[in-house]
Amino acid sequence: MDFTYTETQDMIRDTLARFLGDTYDFETRQKFINSDSGRDPAIWTALAQELGMLGAPFAEEHGGLGGGALENAIVMEELGKVIAIEPYLPTVVIAGGALKAVGGAQADAMIPEIIAGSAIIAFAYAEPQGRYDLANLRTTAKKDGAGYVLNGHKGVVYAAPWATHLLVTARTGGGHRDRDGVSLFLIDANLPGIVRRDYPTVDGSRASEIYFENVAIPGDALLGGEGTGLPLIEQIVDEATVAVCAEATGVMQKLHEGTLEYTQQRKQFGVPIAKFQVLQHRMVDMFMEVEQARSMTIMGTLKLGLPANERMAAVSAAKAKVARGANFVGQNAIQTHGGIGITQELAIGHYFKRATMIEGQFGSHDYHMDRYERITLAE
Amino acid sequence: MDMEFSPEDLAFQQEVRQFIAENYPADLRDKQDEGEEMSKEDFLAWHKILYKKGWIAPAWPVEYGGTGWTPTQRFIWSEETARADCIRLMPFGLAMVGPVIYTFGTPEQKAHFLPRILSGEDWWCQGYSEPGSGSDLASLRTTAVADGDDYIVNGQKTWTTLAQHADWGFFLVRTDKEAKQQEGISFLLIDMKSPGITVRPIITLGGEHEVNEVWLEDVRVPQSQRVYEENKGWTCAKFLLAHERTGIAGVAASKRGIEKVKAIARTELDGDKPLLANAFFKRKVAELEVDLAALEFTELRSLAGPNANRGPGPESSLLKIKGSEIQQRLTELSLEAVGHYGAPYFRGFGEGDNEHPIGPDYAHRAAPTYFNMRKTTIYGGSNEIQRNIIAKMVLGL
Repeated sequence: MDFTYTETQDMIRDTLARFLGDTYDFETRQKFINSDSGRDPAIWTALAQELGMLGAPFAEEHGGLGGGALENAIVMEELGKVIAIEPYLPTVVIAGGALKAVGGAQADAMIPEIIAGSAIIAFAYAEPQGRYDLANLRTTAKKDGAGYVLNGHKGVVYAAPWATHLLVTARTGGGHRDRDGVSLFLIDANLPGIVRRDYPTVDGSRASEIYFENVAIPGDALLGGEGTGLPLIEQIVDEATVAVCAEATGVMQKLHEGTLEYTQQRKQFGVPIAKFQVLQHRMVDMFMEVEQARSMTIMGTLKLGLPANERMAAVSAAKAKVARGANFVGQNAIQTHGGIGITQELAIGHYFKRATMIEGQFGSHDYHMDRYERITLAE
Repeated sequence: MDMEFSPEDLAFQQEVRQFIAENYPADLRDKQDEGEEMSKEDFLAWHKILYKKGWIAPAWPVEYGGTGWTPTQRFIWSEETARADCIRLMPFGLAMVGPVIYTFGTPEQKAHFLPRILSGEDWWCQGYSEPGSGSDLASLRTTAVADGDDYIVNGQKTWTTLAQHADWGFFLVRTDKEAKQQEGISFLLIDMKSPGITVRPIITLGGEHEVNEVWLEDVRVPQSQRVYEENKGWTCAKFLLAHERTGIAGVAASKRGIEKVKAIARTELDGDKPLLANAFFKRKVAELEVDLAALEFTELRSLAGPNANRGPGPESSLLKIKGSEIQQRLTELSLEAVGHYGAPYFRGFGEGDNEHPIGPDYAHRAAPTYFNMRKTTIYGGSNEIQRNIIAKMVLGL
C-alpha cells in the first residue's frame, strides 16, 4: 500500500496550483466567462506551452510527461478548485484517452497537437433520447466509398464552440440501442454539413447542439474497429467519470473551506455562527463527504486498468458516492451562507452550480448505483 | 371527524373551477407555458380580476373586504388556483402588511391603505432583513429618529423582494437604541418614492432580478405612518412572520409541482421506457407524495383543528420547514429528470427572441429554478431558526 504521490506528481500539482492562483481568481474568471467567446484562450496556450500540463497523461515519445490517469486526476482536482472551464476533460482525458487506447498513426498525429494546445476536442456523445446510455444512438455513419457519411443530432456538447475537432459516437450498424454497431470517430469540427447552435451552460461553460447533415468524413477518422467501438467508449467514459470525480473533490473542498471561513466571520446573536453546534456538526459532515470523495476518486482512478466489470463497478461506486457528496456539500454550503449564498456575487454559488452539474455528468447517483448492482449483486 | 368535502364544499369547488376557466387571462397562460419571465403587469392582471370578483383576500375578516369563506373553502381555493397554474398573488400587501394594518393600525391607516391593497393600486415590499442580521432579525440597525411630526430614517435593507416595483414598503426600524434588542423597534410604512431611497438589484444564482438592496438616507417619514406603538414594532413583526410562514408551506403549489414532475418523467426516456418507469425515480416521486400528504394533513389539522382560531403559532414553523424542504426536493427531481438538458442556460429568453430554446420546453427553467429555490430554507427565518423556535416554544427546551 502506498498512497503517496511521486515527486513528478507533486510537481504537477504545485506548478498548476501556482499558475491558477496567479491567473484564475474568481473575478477574472467571471470576466472571461461573460465575454462573447466565453473563454480566455491565453490560459489554454499557457497550460500547454508554459506548463506542459496538457501532456500530463501522455507518453514521453509523444512529448508528454509520461503520466496517466493519476496525473489527470491531479490536474482535474486543481481545475475544480478554481472552477476552471478549460476543456481539459474532453480534449486531454477523453479524446487523449481514446487516442492512447487506439495508438498508431492516429495517436502519433493528434497527441502532439493536443499537447501543444493547438487542438481542442469536444466529445459529442449524448443524444436527446439517450439519457446516460452510451449505446442509445440515432446518429448514423454510413459507409460511402473509403469514408462515411454522418447524420444525426448530438445534445449539450460541452466546449464545442471552441473545438477544432469533434470526437463523435455514431452507429455504423445495428438497432438504436444495440451494443454492436457503435463506432467512434475523430473529425474536423468545421466540415461542411456540421451545424452548431452554441449557448452558455448554467455552470459557466459553453456548449452546443450539433446537427450532422450528410457530413462526409474520411475513413481514417474511425478510431478502433468499425461497429465494435462500445467497449472503447465505455472505457474512456469511465476515465472521464473518475476525472470529474477528481474535479468534484476540488470543487467540494473549496465549498467546504469557503463555508468554514464564512461561519467564523459571520456573527449572529452576538457570536460567530461557527459556534452553533448544529452548524459545527453540518460542517463536520461536509468534511467527511469531501474526504470520502477524495478516497473514492483515488480508488476509482487506480482501478481504471482492471478488467471491464471490476473497472465499471469501481467507477460507479466512486461516482455514486461523489454525486451524493457533491449534492450534500453544495446544498449545505449555500444553506449555511444564507441569502448571500444564492447571489451571483459570491464565488460559493458558482462552485455550487458546478457541483450540481457534476452530479449528473456521465450518470446520476441512481444510474451508477444501478450499474454497480448489476455488476456486483447479480444472482 | 370527517375528511370528506360537504355537498356545499363540492359546489363551491365547482364554482371556483368554472370561474378560473372562464376568467383566467389566456395571454398570461401562454406566457407561463412558454416559461417567460413575468412582469409587474402580469402579476397585477390576475389580481385585478379577483378584486373585481371580491375574491382577492380570502383570509381577511369580512369587514375589511374578506370573503367570509370557511377554512375548507380557503383550502379549496388554494388547491384550485394551484391546479390551474394561476400566477401567484404578491403576498406583501395581501398576506403580510394587510393583516398587520387591520389588526394593529389606526382607523385612518385602515381606511387609507386596506382598500388600495385590495384593489392592487399599491405594490408593497418588505423592509425587514439587513446585511449582517439575516435570521437574527432583532439585531437590525436601521434607525428612525423623531423630528417634529416625522421620523428621519437611515440604514440599509436587503433581500427586498421585487422592491423595484414597489410603491410602499413596510419597514422595521430602531427607534430606541438603549432598549433591549427587541424592545426598541417600530413598524413604519414608507412611501418608496420618498427622497433618499435607493433600490439596487441583487442578481441571484438562477440569473433573476428578484431581490434588491434598499438604501435609506435621511428619509423623512410622518409618524402617522407608524403602525402600533412606538418601540412595540416587534409585536407586529412576529405577527406578520407567523402569517408568512403559513403561506410558504405551499402545499397546493407543491401538489401541482408533483404533477409537473410526473409529466416530465412520463415524457423523458430512460432506456426506451418513460423515466417514471425507473424504479429509483418512481420511488423518489412516491416518497415525495407521501411526505407532501403528511404536510397537507398537518396543515389541515392546524387550520381546522381545535386551535384553528388561535391564529398561526409556533406550529407554523413545522409547516415552513417541511414545506420548504418539499419545494426544494421537487426542483431537484425536475433537474434530475431533464438529464443533460439541465445544463443549457438562457437568460431573458422570451423577450424579442424568436429562436426556439434548447431542449424540451420543461427543461429551460429546471436548473435556474433549482438554484433559486435554495432560498426557501433560508428566507422567512431560516429552517435552523424554525427548529430553534419549535425547540423553545413547543418542546420547552
